[in-house]
Amino acid sequence: MENLKQTPLLPLQSGGRTVPFAGWEMPVSFDGILEEHRRVRQSAGLFDVSHMGEFSVRGPEAEKYLNHLLPNQVGGLPVGNALYSPMCLPSGGTIDDLIVYRTGELEFLVVVNAGNRAKDFAWMSEQTAGYDLALQDVSDNWALLALQGPAAPHWLQNTTGWQGKVPQARFSLTPARFGNEQGWISRTGYTGEDGFELFVPIAQAVEFASRLLEARPDPNSPGWIGLGARDSLRLEAGYPLYGHELSEDISPLEAGLGWTVPRNKNTDYIGRQALEAQRQAGIPRKVKYFVLSDRRIARPGCGIFADGRSVGQVLSGSMSPILEKPIGSLIVDSGVDFSSLEVDIRGTKLPISIQKPPLHKSS
Amino acid sequence: MSDIPANLLYASSHEWISASSTPVRIGISQHAQEALGDITFVELPAPGTRFGKGETFGVVESVKAASDLYMPASGTVIATNPAIEGDPGLINRDPYGEGWLLEIEVETDSDLGDLLSPEAYRTTIAE
Repeated sequence: MENLKQTPLLPLQSGGRTVPFAGWEMPVSFDGILEEHRRVRQSAGLFDVSHMGEFSVRGPEAEKYLNHLLPNQVGGLPVGNALYSPMCLPSGGTIDDLIVYRTGELEFLVVVNAGNRAKDFAWMSEQTAGYDLALQDVSDNWALLALQGPAAPHWLQNTTGWQGKVPQARFSLTPARFGNEQGWISRTGYTGEDGFELFVPIAQAVEFASRLLEARPDPNSPGWIGLGARDSLRLEAGYPLYGHELSEDISPLEAGLGWTVPRNKNTDYIGRQALEAQRQAGIPRKVKYFVLSDRRIARPGCGIFADGRSVGQVLSGSMSPILEKPIGSLIVDSGVDFSSLEVDIRGTKLPISIQKPPLHKSS
Repeated sequence: MSDIPANLLYASSHEWISASSTPVRIGISQHAQEALGDITFVELPAPGTRFGKGETFGVVESVKAASDLYMPASGTVIATNPAIEGDPGLINRDPYGEGWLLEIEVETDSDLGDLLSPEAYRTTIAE
């Protein structure tokens, strides 16, 4: 595949079927999306997410800057903690969703979606005017691994020759040694399971990932999980994927991320006026997650109907191997009767059951 | 290398047809099932339905995508595979055997003339 970037760990993933994704050649699946999905829920799996962007924000006013840049409460975030936040336009539309890691009193690491790396960096650079800080795109310095699933802590501890402190609390972060370099381990992830994200200095990536792979709980499985299961896991957990449930046209409030836009924040931030106006006037549309009782998957763009009237569309669709039913997300006008929605799949209208995620724990 | 049985003919849209056996069966190739990944649903026509060559007779759906199925030859559906509905993964596991889709009565043998031989199909998917 021409002109596609490869992560340093792609050579360790030779069993994967690769596809182009956000300018990268990435494995979509190793031994089947459904099988990989189940493995993460029941045991654990390893994801190469080195394609994601990492920005360093350092300086006396780094905290103040990020607190103005992002709706969520970065101000006061303790060192060694992580915070999920949308990044909004003045219109309230979403530029990206990201995680801020506070690595020091005056140092933060911001992890953004691969497809938005250039756009985010340009936007964030523009917003630095007047702040005493340095913003740097350090994506090429880091390999990022996600080790996810109930067996992830055991797997990490068992990794041959690797000894280090493992962060205990969800959304906490500890420094870690990889060879003779320093990296980070956080208790974060995007699957709805317990697990870790490991920031490994790029020169140490292949050696460390090889050791992790050797220590995998099931030596007969590939260990790696592809993009396909990464998508179905996050959808089942009810986590938005930028470009589907979040976009410059969908605000975090519409996406159901009200908890990331605290009402009582005591400083101004980009998008505040628009988001507060949306809250006051009533949020016009809502993103919801659903389960189908048919076997057909509702794909993005499929129409949603209430009493025969078009009220919205599907944003994501996949299959839950846990429920053995198709799952998805949709956006609809607020005020519709959520109990009587139908989706049009290739001309057939099927009833939709709106469920509160995590969908795999719904009845 | 993809498994391509020698006793079948192939369409460039990746369906196979067992033209020389009775009943004549239609399915999708090993290459097609690999490209689709885990198959989760198949929509097939009712027996008795007639299709022209190249017409859409159904949909095969995987976690990743839904793809139309095309008739490799004009004909009438005699039967659909009853095992597929409850276990569409049969197509992944055994695309040329237990994972067959339709049994049809072919209208004109001349429809088979421009289908791909196993060698020609191998060349097509290698491109």
